[in-house]
Amino acid sequence: MIETTSGLGRIAAAFARAKRAGRGTLVPYLCAGDPDRGTSAGLLAAAVAGGADIVELGIPYGDPLADGPTIAAAAERALAAGTTVEDAIELAGGVKDAPVVMFTYLNPILQFGLERFAAALARRGIAGAIVPDVPLEESGAIRAAFAPHGLALPQLVAPTTPPERAIAISRASEGFTYLVSRLGVTGAAREPDFAWIASRVAALREASDTPLAIGFGIATAAHVRAACSIADGAIVGSALIDAYAGSSGDAPARVRAFVADLARGTAAA
Amino acid sequence: MQRPDARGYFGSGFGGKFVPEVLVEAISELERGMDAAFADPAFWSEYHAILRDFVGRPSPIMEASRFTGSDGATLVFKREDLNHTGAHKINNTVGQGLLAKRMGKTRIIAETGAGQHGVATATIGAKLGIPVDVYMGALDVERQSLNVYVMRLLGATVHAVQGGTRTLKDATNEAFREWAARAPDTFYIIGSVVGAHPYPYMVREFQKVIGIEARAQMLERYGRLPTDVVACVGGGSNAMGIFAGFADDPSVRLWGVEASGHGLHAVDTAASLNAGSIGVLHGSRSYLLQTPEGQVRNTHSISAGLDYPGVGPEHAHLKASGRATYVSATDDEALAAFHACAETEGIVPALESAHALSYARTLARERGPDGLVLVNLSGRGDKDTRQVGELEAASGRSATLAGAR
Repeated sequence: MIETTSGLGRIAAAFARAKRAGRGTLVPYLCAGDPDRGTSAGLLAAAVAGGADIVELGIPYGDPLADGPTIAAAAERALAAGTTVEDAIELAGGVKDAPVVMFTYLNPILQFGLERFAAALARRGIAGAIVPDVPLEESGAIRAAFAPHGLALPQLVAPTTPPERAIAISRASEGFTYLVSRLGVTGAAREPDFAWIASRVAALREASDTPLAIGFGIATAAHVRAACSIADGAIVGSALIDAYAGSSGDAPARVRAFVADLARGTAAA
Repeated sequence: MQRPDARGYFGSGFGGKFVPEVLVEAISELERGMDAAFADPAFWSEYHAILRDFVGRPSPIMEASRFTGSDGATLVFKREDLNHTGAHKINNTVGQGLLAKRMGKTRIIAETGAGQHGVATATIGAKLGIPVDVYMGALDVERQSLNVYVMRLLGATVHAVQGGTRTLKDATNEAFREWAARAPDTFYIIGSVVGAHPYPYMVREFQKVIGIEARAQMLERYGRLPTDVVACVGGGSNAMGIFAGFADDPSVRLWGVEASGHGLHAVDTAASLNAGSIGVLHGSRSYLLQTPEGQVRNTHSISAGLDYPGVGPEHAHLKASGRATYVSATDDEALAAFHACAETEGIVPALESAHALSYARTLARERGPDGLVLVNLSGRGDKDTRQVGELEAASGRSATLAGAR
């Protein structure tokens, strides 16, 4: 039985609430500190106001191996503004109306200290973290740090993941399982591919009750609709950053409007 | 010298496979392909035939008595500078190129800093008839226009990478991203003993030919093993290659020489093992030059080939186990050795190798007449002459030995 106040409990509740409403779960991604701390806090609030069920908040990293140019540029702006791991945790902790999952490469939290990171997330009511350069085999140390705090550690499944491995990952994944729609890195320049997911979703559902969310290349309400028709939720990052990057002053309004538009796509189910 | 464990770790917890899930199957496929090739004598026959006929192996050893001076130990150069394309890099690209062909891959990608690994990869791509795409930081593309031209001459496509610091680490990030997008048809030839398992092990096995040859050559010529083996370390492939020949000879001391740039305590350094701390970069746990926040630091070395914030995980292991000792040489020390080697031995060494030469000369003088010091002269320095000439013209320094000393 998952405690409802834990990170895992809050994520499960967010998926369940959307499901009861007959729709999918929308998970927008923002990069902490982009373009600066103050604006970033406003963008987080705007994403929740626009209809985010869960927010994914990136800790900026200068060598983001799994990210395309849009998120890499957002991270560079955030780092240029001096954003630290602590700042990112503070920003995430300021979001009260939706659970926040951090998205971070391993090295920044390794240097921060995995136990210290887990304790800080729990203290600030943050639901967990996605660590894209830590595959299942290397996840033991993070898992050990997260478990006592009930934090989520969603794992990724890619189109190249062999079927038995995908099942093992979905069983080990905590919070939700992150289905990577296509090969390559994050970014809106290339279309998502839902066909491979559709062909394997039944096996994943049989293996585990953990919700399934689709990310990479999800850029429009139509993509969200397609994702929510075969899985439980959709993750949108680069397209959301494209929606406000370079705008002056009205970035929160753009984020709110874009997320609200995406949210219309969740009603597919 | 052992193989890392099944999870890709060398002894003391360095190595591993820290890659996004989209690449996990690609590195598993690579490991299966490598294991099958390594177990197949026909694979090694083809590798050694290409090394003999195309690369020009075995490379000779040569006594460098004028470089050391009269009262020091005997100093011996392993002449990797005489290889086709001018450095040890080709040993590795021949091996990985043959593996790419064997695994049915139709396209090769590579990262490059100064362009040496890019040229060595473009060379084997041309030889084997496999198209090559090289990722190179935009800043390096500007600084190394000659190598960019050579890669294109060899039929490769060179991509200028605009992200981050626009240097080698960003080129490596981009190559990983490209591999993530095209893993089913693409083989990624990494240029050093870095990256996720099995790369550090595989690249060492392809560079081991240096150490195996050198050990036999030393025994044949001197009737004994060297007292010391010295090599420069950036990522660390030429060092792992020569160390591998002597790792099981406990009497032989192994020395890795890092590039400390303006000094070990300066901001401008590239000495990961001496000035860095443990972290994860490009797929493995090793030493890393980083900020307290875990961001990868900008590095500096006069030698582009050593200008890398990480270092191969097996070097981290050899440091931890004490089997090898890691020291460093500054830009100025390397430049002095660069000049001295040219003037006393008639060899213009690569700036990378000049770091090893600098320390080897100090060591040879310390050891005295009974010492027998082997240093890996990993590459030739033609590529560096323009840079050094411009640098010295700008600083008003003389290009003579007296001036450099």
